[in-house]
Amino acid sequence: MKIIACVKRVPLTDALVKVSADGASIDPTGLVYSLSFYDDLAVEEALKTKEKLGGEVTVLTLGASDASKELRECLAKGADHATILLDPAWAARDARSTAKALATRILELGAELVFCGRVATDRDQSAVGTMLSSYLGWSCVTDVTKLELTATGGTAERETEAGIETLAFSLPAVITCDKGLNEPRLAGLKGIMAAKKKTIDETKPVDIESAVKVLKVELPAARKAGRIVGQGAAAVPALMDALRNEAKVL
Amino acid sequence: MTSILVFVEHRDGTPRRASLEALGAAAATGLAPIALVTGPGAAQAAAPLSAAGAKKLVVITGGDHYSPDGTAADIAAAVGAHAAVAFVAAASSAGKDLLGRVAGLLDCAPLADCTTFTCSGGVFTVQRPILAGKALVTVQSQSKVCCATLRSNTFAVATGGGAAEVTTVATKGGKVKVTGVAAKGDAKLDVKEAAVVVSGGRGLREAAGFKIVEDLAAAFGNAAVGASRAVVDSHWRPHSEQVGQTGKTVAPQLYVAVGISGAIQHLAGMRTSKVIVAINKDAAAPIFKVADYGIVGDAFEVLPALTEAVKQAKAAN
Ligand SMILES: Cc1cc2nc3c(=O)[nH]c(=O)nc-3n(C[C@H](O)[C@H](O)[C@H](O)COP(=O)(O)OP(=O)(O)OC[C@H]3O[C@@H](n4cnc5c(N)ncnc54)[C@H](O)[C@@H]3O)c2cc1C
Ligand SMILES: Nc1ncnc2c1ncn2[C@@H]1O[C@H](COP(=O)(O)O)[C@@H](O)[C@H]1O
Repeated sequence: MKIIACVKRVPLTDALVKVSADGASIDPTGLVYSLSFYDDLAVEEALKTKEKLGGEVTVLTLGASDASKELRECLAKGADHATILLDPAWAARDARSTAKALATRILELGAELVFCGRVATDRDQSAVGTMLSSYLGWSCVTDVTKLELTATGGTAERETEAGIETLAFSLPAVITCDKGLNEPRLAGLKGIMAAKKKTIDETKPVDIESAVKVLKVELPAARKAGRIVGQGAAAVPALMDALRNEAKVL
Repeated sequence: MTSILVFVEHRDGTPRRASLEALGAAAATGLAPIALVTGPGAAQAAAPLSAAGAKKLVVITGGDHYSPDGTAADIAAAVGAHAAVAFVAAASSAGKDLLGRVAGLLDCAPLADCTTFTCSGGVFTVQRPILAGKALVTVQSQSKVCCATLRSNTFAVATGGGAAEVTTVATKGGKVKVTGVAAKGDAKLDVKEAAVVVSGGRGLREAAGFKIVEDLAAAFGNAAVGASRAVVDSHWRPHSEQVGQTGKTVAPQLYVAVGISGAIQHLAGMRTSKVIVAINKDAAAPIFKVADYGIVGDAFEVLPALTEAVKQAKAAN
């Protein structure tokens, strides 16, 4: 089975954010990148699936060539191939043009199973995985915390406001991975050495115009300065008074 | 009149609050909201949805299982049938699951978890948080149908609507089937839906320490228990309760953080709460920087006293 893990390189979650001079983008200077948290889960699930059902894993990203660092880490963990759809302006791509470019490549690779993260922790859209499934015409299950796969389909669990939902689906499929699904492995020394010899493909993605126009990027207003109402249990009456009479939330 | 399609979630015909808010946001654009409902009891939602601003109601029938791709296809078809210029839903787990599917079917760019939603001269402009709320981006949709999910507790519910015209459409069905839902015990409120969230962190020392957090939540009545990632990773609390960048984003009326340091990834999930209270024994904890009110002290001493005070306040009301 041809398996793909879609991964994205994003700023570290504790990065300090600055707005560019144009007022419509994030200033990339000083940002440190890594794979999006959930994409590590996608890679792990792809590797586990290969170990169980056989096949090959390709890690696929749309980004700049410096993503090769993260892709090589995926190769070291056991991925067979890595591809970068080269776009220096990747950060400005919207979810639609990203999904369309990825979908084109996924079809070219002849894959049957695609793992994505629940969300990429830069734009926080949670959309590329589901969009891929619509463009490909495949099954899709999202935010998966438990997965049982066979060569033709599977069952999955996901958490909703109402409780744990169980779903049944057939392949080909796109699966988006949530926390709890697995514990990503670390690369071993042997894997790291082997990954050094592997090549990372770089190709041009199909060009698709963006369908959103960014007007402005700003930092959120700082919260109004609060105050310490007191120390220990003795401060409870002062807190109750503030909640009742000032904040009016009681 | 130009219409806007709103996907509405409900429980046996009672619409969920987050969906009513999405309907309110749609009505506030001045366009005619069409509510789409599916599943058992959907037709009973007609009255409350009319009252909350729906001009039309599309009831999807048939299908012995809920199917997310089936519902996405039903939504895309309804957008076409009514020439709707936008599709909106709550940014709930169902809304998030549908957004990209529908946007893909319509070949439009999705806009997730919007905190503003406006339409002027036929052009939709929204604001949405990015990088876990560390920045806000204002974007204009240039798709033929603006597809968006809206953050809960952010938009007002509309009132005083008339009777909506109801049409019934058979579902297209889909490939993925929901085969069951294991409901949470004793109909507990979800952290995303509760008006009050009482969250605990590592300061509670062990799983049993959450008893005082549960007691305070029970005293409020309309509260849910939340948790930091540190305690979820230690298996003291389930992941469904985790608040933050890799958990849930909440915006309740009142957020009480107990024994939580206030790491940036935690703040990502709760900084848009209306009022934030922090209880922490370390006066230098970063959580106090975002809190409206703080008590410096031992949670095991402060919480029981606060729980008593809240009980008394509720009894007096
Ligand atoms: C990619 C990534 C994603 C993440 N996502 C999330 C997320 O979604 N949500 C999240 O919460 N975190 C997340 N984190 C983790 C985050 O960085 C912090 O590690 C975590 O929030 C800390 O949890 P805590 O506040 O409970 O624990 P600590 O940071 O250990 O804080 C415990 C606090 O309790 C106080 N305390 C101790 N004893 C008492 C007492 N008796 N009474 C009162 N106060 C007391 C201490 O003073 C301290 O401030 C993420 C991290 C990464 C790298
Ligand atoms: N540029 C990209 N390259 C490869 N995969 C991506 C890219 N953007 C998003 N994805 C995948 O889609 C998931 C959801 O992304 P998003 O819709 O941006 O939240 C990510 O976790 C990745 O698996």
